[in-house]
Amino acid sequence: MAMIQRELDAREIRQQFPFFQPHPEMRSLIYLDNAATTQKPYAVLDALTNFYAHHNANVHRGAYGVGAKASELFEAARERVARFLNAREPAEIIFTRGTTESINLVAASWGSSQLREGDEMIVSEMEHHANILPWMQIARAKGARIVVWRITEDGRLDLDELCHLLTERTRLVAVTHISNVLGTINPVVDICRIAHEAGALCLVDAAQSAAHMPIDVQAIDCDFLAFSGHKAYGPTGIGVLYGKRTLLEQMPPYQTGGGMIRKVSWDEVTWADVPARFEAGTPAIAEAVGLHAALDFIDSLGRERIAAQEHALTEYMLARLQEVPDLHLYGPQPDRAGIFAFTLADIHPHDIATVLDSRDIAIRSGHHCAHPLGERLGVAATVRASLAVYNDTDHIDALIDGLHYVRQVFGL
Amino acid sequence: MISELYQEIILDHYRHPRGRGTLDDPKIRHEGANPLCGDEVIIEFRVEDGRISDIRFSGRGCSISQASASMLVETVKGKTLDEVRALIQKVYAMLRGEETPSPEELGDLSALAGVSQFPVRVKCASLPWHTLEEALPENDQAGK
Repeated sequence: MAMIQRELDAREIRQQFPFFQPHPEMRSLIYLDNAATTQKPYAVLDALTNFYAHHNANVHRGAYGVGAKASELFEAARERVARFLNAREPAEIIFTRGTTESINLVAASWGSSQLREGDEMIVSEMEHHANILPWMQIARAKGARIVVWRITEDGRLDLDELCHLLTERTRLVAVTHISNVLGTINPVVDICRIAHEAGALCLVDAAQSAAHMPIDVQAIDCDFLAFSGHKAYGPTGIGVLYGKRTLLEQMPPYQTGGGMIRKVSWDEVTWADVPARFEAGTPAIAEAVGLHAALDFIDSLGRERIAAQEHALTEYMLARLQEVPDLHLYGPQPDRAGIFAFTLADIHPHDIATVLDSRDIAIRSGHHCAHPLGERLGVAATVRASLAVYNDTDHIDALIDGLHYVRQVFGL
Repeated sequence: MISELYQEIILDHYRHPRGRGTLDDPKIRHEGANPLCGDEVIIEFRVEDGRISDIRFSGRGCSISQASASMLVETVKGKTLDEVRALIQKVYAMLRGEETPSPEELGDLSALAGVSQFPVRVKCASLPWHTLEEALPENDQAGK
């Protein structure tokens, strides 16, 4: 029997966020910049405070009660992430500062130890700089080559094109799960399968998907996957790298220092096992505990339900954006995530952002850290509105009204 | 108020920029950019007898940065380098909200005073002026 699932109520969900509560000195904000960062529920803030107030000690060191408790909480967070991604075991979860550091870790560690001169790495044209620059850097250092996987006219990735690009020299395919500009949802299961058939690994940038849809790393069969806590209702400064254990075990440390060794003498060093090998220095302990609470929050709503709710909101947004004259929306339609990059007549995105800000609507303007994609689209800057589970149709209505007002201010 | 930022005079400079273009050699050319937002301004000018004898701007960006560049070109042409340096400081003070120059004193430029109430946009308005400031020759004889 199918489970009866109640629809999510965005207004009720906002009650769980201090950011959305009335404040005597601040005007309430319509927050539509969720692809940049999400707001934090009370549960996450409470977890941070509670950790610092009652359990603060360094991890994996102190032989006293609080130290043991801190370690326990930190490792419980790792287990929680493993469960969130359906990893085989917690050892496949490495805590980092965020998606950017996760990808840099793979590029520096896997790349420096595995890449040979003449090797190729396929990077999609819709990647964020965080999934381009680490590969460019290591490619330069190792004499390897970046092969660009161009997007189609409607802002998608074509799998036949990938087959054409893969050669026996291809070592890795780096691709985003959801584009932070186009909102494209990429078929990562197929991409990983095709990459593997050609003998290449696949890294998935899940920064824009982790909080918005179910992720199962075993079903995707990706070799690496990265996401950031702060885009998933969690704290900044904490992120995740998932890696298949067999691969992680072959990789040298990324940074060296405390906590990542088994034995050190002047003559010899033995690295710790994974994941500790990749976590030099004191990690972001409280933030990991906060991330644990954030993932609990997400799963309390249910990722299937979140995806369904945001899908409905996305459909509404697409319909309403069409009502605004001279608005050009980038990315595929109709099947896409709740990230909308657009331009409005010849009005510069910064000006649009400023006018919307005067109406307490927060959206992003600029190049969204994806210069090569902007070049391909022939646009230096766009406006970007992006949804989260606490947004509702009222917010979209306010945005559309705001865009009409922008036209008015600029005499259109 | 949004109308204090987007005054008619600013939108007019944005839509109908004065002195947009390039100069033939010899010239001093300098590029400025706000990498975060993508605003770009390129200033080209000639110095003769210690004065800016001709000046043009090019580039792309928001209405504030481009209108500010247009006003810059219009205002500094014919001024001595010392006058230009003083003017640049006056513009900075205005954008920081420390001075509210009259239209008699600064002409169209005074319309930029409203930018001071929008802190995130101050760097848009100041970009052309920083670009020019960086390019000004050390002494008045240079570039002659």
